[in-house]
Amino acid sequence: MSKNIKNSGYISARESRHISRNNRRITGMIEKHRERKNVPLSEYTATMRDPNNVVEFDDLHTYFYTDIGIAKAVDGVSFDVPRGKTVGVVGESGCGKSVTSLSLMQLVQRPQGQIVSGSIRFNGDDGVYDIAKTPTEAMQKIRGNQISMIFQEPMTSLNPVFRVGMQVDEVIALHNHDVSKEKVKERTIEMLELVGIANSHGVYRMYPHELSGGMRQRVMIAMALALSPKLIIADEPTTALDVTIQAQILELLRSLKDKINSSIMLITHDLGVIAEMADFVVVMYSGRIVEKGTVRDVFKTPTHPYTIGLLNSKPVVNRQVERLYSIPGKVPNPINMPDYCYFRDRCELCVEGCEGSYPPEIHLSDTHVVSCYRCAQARKEEAPHE
Amino acid sequence: MSEKKKKTDTMIEVRNLKKYFPIKGGFLGGTGGAVKAVDDVSFTIMRGTTMGLVGESGCGKTTVGRTLLRLTDKTDGTVLFEGKDIYALKREELRQLRPKMQIIFQDPYSSLSPRLPVGEIIGEAVREHHIVPENEYEAYLDKIMASCGLMPYHKDRYPHEFSGGQRQRICIARALALNPDFVVCDEPVSALDVSIQAQIINLLKDLQKEYGLTYLFISHDLSVVEHISDTIGVMYLGKLVEFGTKARVFDRPLHPYTVALFSAIPMPDPDVKMNRIILEGSIPSPANPPSGCRFHTRCNRCMERCKTEEPVQREVEPGHFVVCHLYNL
Repeated sequence: MSKNIKNSGYISARESRHISRNNRRITGMIEKHRERKNVPLSEYTATMRDPNNVVEFDDLHTYFYTDIGIAKAVDGVSFDVPRGKTVGVVGESGCGKSVTSLSLMQLVQRPQGQIVSGSIRFNGDDGVYDIAKTPTEAMQKIRGNQISMIFQEPMTSLNPVFRVGMQVDEVIALHNHDVSKEKVKERTIEMLELVGIANSHGVYRMYPHELSGGMRQRVMIAMALALSPKLIIADEPTTALDVTIQAQILELLRSLKDKINSSIMLITHDLGVIAEMADFVVVMYSGRIVEKGTVRDVFKTPTHPYTIGLLNSKPVVNRQVERLYSIPGKVPNPINMPDYCYFRDRCELCVEGCEGSYPPEIHLSDTHVVSCYRCAQARKEEAPHE
Repeated sequence: MSEKKKKTDTMIEVRNLKKYFPIKGGFLGGTGGAVKAVDDVSFTIMRGTTMGLVGESGCGKTTVGRTLLRLTDKTDGTVLFEGKDIYALKREELRQLRPKMQIIFQDPYSSLSPRLPVGEIIGEAVREHHIVPENEYEAYLDKIMASCGLMPYHKDRYPHEFSGGQRQRICIARALALNPDFVVCDEPVSALDVSIQAQIINLLKDLQKEYGLTYLFISHDLSVVEHISDTIGVMYLGKLVEFGTKARVFDRPLHPYTVALFSAIPMPDPDVKMNRIILEGSIPSPANPPSGCRFHTRCNRCMERCKTEEPVQREVEPGHFVVCHLYNL
């Protein structure tokens, strides 16, 4: 059966039924395990590898059980978000960057989307949680309070039928039951002012449609920062905005991050934004990390062919090229991932070792990590000289 | 036919183009003013070149593109296409001119009919305008599709079966199938990924070389515009504030808005720390634009006269036009 899928890309109704029955069994089991009552605290607490990190992703696997097979959206992702730093996650659409962040928020569409294995350790105010195993009830105390998210489209992520102020109020009131209404409103107005909305009392009473795109994104940021979270996930915060507004929002995020002393996980496909904002960069391709390192590591000495291709395919002002580089081929189908390097079929720098299984992580320096056989070979050649 | 083939150097000439959209409504249904989407814009595009049009959303870029093709009616001004005023043409004359000017839309997800197979999307207008004799139709379609990177067997598929980049190729093939001279590309790569963007930009450049096309390239991504254009126009709130060759505009931007816009581009290099000029606030409403210079509310070099007196277009150096009091020599 599996052979058929690989060859044609189309599957018969019978096969599809078989797959969905299997999926229901697996997801049902996971869901049942999740929904147990009174899960002991010890089951979802952990210890950080490095107490200076806010989040540690450790070999995270998030799969989607679809009717045509299992889509491995995130397939073994490990990286850290240090305290007070900005980590940029970059990659094309469908590479799993958003699913990684949704896993961290426990917002993956269930039951078909499931964290299958691996752990996400979050260094919270009251202990270290393994978010992959945290039950929903405990998660609700963390989500929005200690981790918050700024979504991509400010147009669709605000509720059109409620006033802006009320939506920000809700976040604050939900996590602080004993605070009076007046105090909540005061805090909301303060937040709106913090994100640079001049007419804060007026905006408090407005509906989202009365605001421009940039203003809506500011409201989203105000909402995300209202409880001074330890980690802000910004999922393409400026993609829908104009360049001049983008510059304003980025500037705002940078200054606010320092003000409330939190970390940012910035997800975007704009390399320019990453270079400007991030301290560390993670490059993802087809659900795996192909390269990670400090922003200088990745932008100054890009090593993985995909990173190199990505950097070359973006036109840069004041750098004239006759023809833009374009990476040949296309992304492999997430349902049938090859068992060799995912990028091999599109790679122009293949070496002998590339026929083998998926390349291991190779440490070029303390911070710079690449998954590519090209570097493995270079290292081997270097080694005998030492 | 022979007259048309004669090469005139100017492809498009726009003089004082205006497009106002009346604001309907009010208690008695009267018109309460107008949105001045395009207000007194003039420029020329030479044959075989690309003009890039940049600006924030809502500044009227798309409206310029649409009025050039007479997809919406103008309010005032003239548009000359190879010397012919397209707004003076009769219905039938305009129909004959239509294949010569085409448009590629921004969103490849909504600009293709979901009910037509790709072959029909591309070929419908070819048959309608009798671009090729009937017996060569299939071969012609294959040729056009091949030049846009599509396979012949894609003809029977429907748009939903394609990825964003492939769909944009279909849109390009549709425009190209009519053998146009002038193509308006309205944000053709904004909805695409970086690596796919590069493919589409390269494709557009190749086709330009092959067929001698003239482009009006509308985009808000300055780095893309710089890559593809020969001349650049910068729009702000319905006005063309700066216009000139690429080299002049990028090396020596004159208008304060252009300077701020360029400084806002994020550079993919962690060592470059730009001297960023952050514009305060957002673009004012085009229904009620500021008096005097429209940019004065956000300008960092605003003078007293900017608030009252409207600047006019001046040629500061040959081929470099700017609308600003600062360069009022």
